[in-house]
Amino acid sequence: MNTKDKSWKILSLIPIIAVLVILTLIPLVNIFYNSFFDIRWDDGKYNYTYIGLENYIELPNNKFYLPGLINTIKLSIFAVFFQMLFGFLIALGISKIKRGKGLFISLFLLPILLPPIVIGSIWRLMYGFDFGIFNYLLSFFGVFPLDWLGSSSLAFTSIVIVDIWHWTPFVVLLLLAGLESLPTDVYEAARVDGTSGWNEIIYITIPLMIPTIIVTMVFRFILSFKVFDEIYLLTQGGPGTSTEVISFSIYETFFESDNMGLGSVMSVVSLFVVSLLIIIVLNVIRRVNKYAN
Amino acid sequence: MRTSTEKLINYFMLSFFAILVLAPFLWIATIAFKTQIDIMMMKIIFKPTLFNFDKLFFSKEATFFRDIFNSLFVGIISTLIILVICSMASFTMIRTKISNWITAVLFLWVIVFHMLPPITFVGSWFQMANSVGLFNSRIALILAHVTVNLPLGLLIISSFMRDVPTEIQEAAYIDGCSNRQVYLKVMLPLLGPGLFATAVIVFLFSWNDFMVAMNLTAKATQTVPVSIATFSQQYEVRYGEMAAGSLVSLVPALILTFFAQKYIVKGLTAGAVK
Repeated sequence: MNTKDKSWKILSLIPIIAVLVILTLIPLVNIFYNSFFDIRWDDGKYNYTYIGLENYIELPNNKFYLPGLINTIKLSIFAVFFQMLFGFLIALGISKIKRGKGLFISLFLLPILLPPIVIGSIWRLMYGFDFGIFNYLLSFFGVFPLDWLGSSSLAFTSIVIVDIWHWTPFVVLLLLAGLESLPTDVYEAARVDGTSGWNEIIYITIPLMIPTIIVTMVFRFILSFKVFDEIYLLTQGGPGTSTEVISFSIYETFFESDNMGLGSVMSVVSLFVVSLLIIIVLNVIRRVNKYAN
Repeated sequence: MRTSTEKLINYFMLSFFAILVLAPFLWIATIAFKTQIDIMMMKIIFKPTLFNFDKLFFSKEATFFRDIFNSLFVGIISTLIILVICSMASFTMIRTKISNWITAVLFLWVIVFHMLPPITFVGSWFQMANSVGLFNSRIALILAHVTVNLPLGLLIISSFMRDVPTEIQEAAYIDGCSNRQVYLKVMLPLLGPGLFATAVIVFLFSWNDFMVAMNLTAKATQTVPVSIATFSQQYEVRYGEMAAGSLVSLVPALILTFFAQKYIVKGLTAGAVK
């Protein structure tokens, strides 16, 4: 390789490195730095007052953050469980059919590709107390209208339902890719031995799919920590803190209450928690891949 | 599936789930064509009206045309930037001799960043944009979208890059091509489908983004999702316009899904951790 090519290599990597350093690394340093200050916006500029660990000490007393963290974890667990369950059923179903496969895949792609804010709008209309479709349908069965988003016992479940609806298709996509790359000779051998449909699924498909299932599950689990848009439109974290999630607490603190110091602490702690989960996840994925090969 | 009963049950189950996916969209589509009174009376049979669309686009305080322009502008420019940055970087990292640790560190960081909640970065972006006078500018939003969608772009392009046979590249070197020429004249043409898949997905994610756009823009530069959200924030929720705006915002995704379903499936699967 000549020197000219060396300059190409450097030039081709400069843009990506520049973006990552300026727009991801510096912000990380920035929120860490911010977290030790009380920051006020006055006279068109930020005024920093050093307050040491005060923001960190205040965090556990914050009404929203810890409940939000617990809710986020709860939401992830419940939603991902059902996403995996329905996702596996649907993926299995699609993998078995020949006619209409493309049509079903297109349909199941929709929730992933459409604006989450629209999904929020739709569900907000459907959950509506006075003229939502759910209460309308319930009225036929003589059930009193439910306050889907306004009652603290029901709101969280309502959010979980939306998340399941929104992200099951993503699970379908990943599991379907896994199902279609399974070796066919195992199935042929089983068929010769006279294995029936259900036994085939339980004794061959599921064991072979375990690596894909685990990877998909942990991946979805981490990504559900990003949830924001639906919460913003459906409940704004309420009633009380029953649907509060970390992204919404950070947004509120940083942008609505203009408390940038505390918002930064929330960001730092959230990043720490999610990073910890990512380390676990990447380890799990590495082990699963090792086991799979 | 060996018996026809099993087949039937299977189709029945898939159709059931498909209806669950579709029904909400049909429901909002009907709302968009109802008057506020019909919406509130839960009328099943109603006289369709374009009133909501008229209000959405042509009322005195309507901004929807401008919102669509903003969304398209930010989406297209940020997608183009991502294509250039990621295809160059991916080529150099995967297809040229380069220290392994550079590739490893870059990929690891990109994957980790992909999983972190973006709200934790938006605060800093807001501060940075403010301090250089870029708040409420399309440039700030373009840069933010480039950053947020960069991981997806890099992962998708890289998975297509790995599928290009090495023989073609070696033949080009023997003919005396430099890396730059191989990238421009050999790799880019061969990557056509991969670049297309990446462009479709990255554009849609930019078009769909609400959270980043809401915090980095104001009225003049707001995008379609931000605009839709404002309909729910008045004292009286404007359901009709919310539904009409939602319906309009589905158009790009519907068109692209219809024409590029295979690429999207391949891209989305490739973009997930493998």
